[in-house]
Amino acid sequence: MSNETKPQDWSKPAAMAMPKGGYDKASAQQGRYGPIFPKSPACYGFSIMAKIIPGREEVFYGYAKTIEKTIAAQPDALAVLKLHYLRWVLFPIKGDTYFMYQGIFDTDFDKYTEDAIALFGATGLNTVFENLEGFPVDWKTNAPAFIKFVRDHQCPSFLEYGEYPYVSADEIKKALKLKAAFSNMLDQMQ
Amino acid sequence: MLELDDIQHILLTRAPAMTGRYEFLSFSDSAGARAWLSAIKDTVHSAAAMRATVDKDKRWVTVAFTWKGLRALGLDEASLSSFPEEFKQGMPARAEMLGDTGVNAPGHWVGGLTSPDLHAIAILFARDEPERLRCVDEHDKLVAACKGVKVLSVLDLNASPPFNYAHDHFGYRDRLSQPVIEGSGEEPTPGSGAPLKAGEFILGYPDEFGVTAVNPQPKMLARSGSYMAYRRLEEHVGKFREFLRQHGDTPEEQELIAAKLMGRWRSGAPLVLSPDKDDPALAADMQRNNDFNYGEMDPHGYAVPLGSHARRMNPRDTAANINRRRMIRRGATYGPALPDGAPDDGVERGIAAFVICGSLIRQFEFAQNVWANDRNFHELGNERDPIIGAQDGTLEYKIPKRPIRKKIVGLPAFTTLKGGAYFFLPGLKALGYLASLN
Repeated sequence: MSNETKPQDWSKPAAMAMPKGGYDKASAQQGRYGPIFPKSPACYGFSIMAKIIPGREEVFYGYAKTIEKTIAAQPDALAVLKLHYLRWVLFPIKGDTYFMYQGIFDTDFDKYTEDAIALFGATGLNTVFENLEGFPVDWKTNAPAFIKFVRDHQCPSFLEYGEYPYVSADEIKKALKLKAAFSNMLDQMQ
Repeated sequence: MLELDDIQHILLTRAPAMTGRYEFLSFSDSAGARAWLSAIKDTVHSAAAMRATVDKDKRWVTVAFTWKGLRALGLDEASLSSFPEEFKQGMPARAEMLGDTGVNAPGHWVGGLTSPDLHAIAILFARDEPERLRCVDEHDKLVAACKGVKVLSVLDLNASPPFNYAHDHFGYRDRLSQPVIEGSGEEPTPGSGAPLKAGEFILGYPDEFGVTAVNPQPKMLARSGSYMAYRRLEEHVGKFREFLRQHGDTPEEQELIAAKLMGRWRSGAPLVLSPDKDDPALAADMQRNNDFNYGEMDPHGYAVPLGSHARRMNPRDTAANINRRRMIRRGATYGPALPDGAPDDGVERGIAAFVICGSLIRQFEFAQNVWANDRNFHELGNERDPIIGAQDGTLEYKIPKRPIRKKIVGLPAFTTLKGGAYFFLPGLKALGYLASLN
């Protein structure tokens, strides 16, 4: 449930110093699975970092190809996640390999958790998280455990910035469709 | 196959009741509580018994417990801890997330429903008023005979006239779109989709993902049980009618505004199939009145506004995993009908309903948190459900229309939540198990 009351002006770039720990413990809005990480000028987002099970690096690269093919075949496969962007990174710390899942999206993840889990299971996108240390093996049937893993591994931002703040991906797509429609209309008038 | 003789009737059937009563109970003595349960459980119809005798029976009883009520019955801590977290916390603790804030907050609820002493509910549906009175008298005697059993509060129910079909005090026809459970013997009406796996609603059976819930423990409790979210919703009929008059110059325009809030005409005819005028024949035709979708037939909401109550509570083909979000609704109206044209009399009237589902957090709480109260549902920006959403007079309601949409600013709250609770609805064998705890 959104409690936003202040007007959100997309034309005015905005920055927000984020609460330490990701949310204000005294006033955080409650979601179904716990306090909600607040929306920022860069919308909602995750930066989940976790150590991968040693020797599994190639699985991640293979998984990237799987996602590429999945989206090419079914462009709306990830629609339920309300995403703008995903960036996935593998990086070393003292000889171990860590994975970072950074996503920017338009709804707090809490809302669509079960839909996201269903999506991962249904589209065969399920393998990559299983290569992270500590990931619950029963995640497909245990949404609270999945959520707990995500929350435990979330590294909240301390600063977020938006050049066109708070605008959703759907609004951007609508604006671009409108622009295309106007261009087409003007072409027809020639 | 469903164990129809172990499932409480309310899960699968709808009693032909015109009246009834909810009794909210408190237990201060576990032996007394079990004595009460031992006696009343024999009056609870299973789904099978209900179907066999519905034509001659006059009353139908349902029994369910809060988490604290299960403890008061004497259930051990290991079993108690096996219940889902949201059920353990109870509805008042989940209020902010559910949108139960401001005048809807638990601090304003009536009937002692926020009390930790709320332990059980006995639902009585009766065919007529004499039978209701007889049952109330019987139950009063039973309560008096059981040590430590106390009635916290009651709510008397009555169908709202005219009685040609079930409707709420606003006049909206009810009971048109309900999920059908696989193995129940019912056939879905056209447009209602395939029957859903029993585990979506009944514990102990595979759900839409093929998973059978292992909790609560012991296994006996998980078999044939379910969860119920109770909502007592006052309907402000005078305010609703005044709103229609403000936004419609003629009776026809007022009916259209009422339809646009709901997504169906008050007769029940779906706006998708009859967008410009009411069609009572369509409304009454179960083979046609649910046979529509939104994604293909009304993607922009020209017939049914994107934020309407029906579109939020069952987005049909426009939501992901819709089969994991469905709910069974049961309940009744309470309070006297407000005659047409009469000014609001200040008397409380409304609907007192149960949402029944296998997972409160995945089904009921999702619908309440995301579908009803997300301001940005379908990118609407500043709206909540116009009937049951948390309205405080600052939100909008947009009605798509060519060439320019109609935007209502400052939508009033037509309903106020007066109480709520989470209950566990055990199967009949589980009722016997709970009654025999020591």
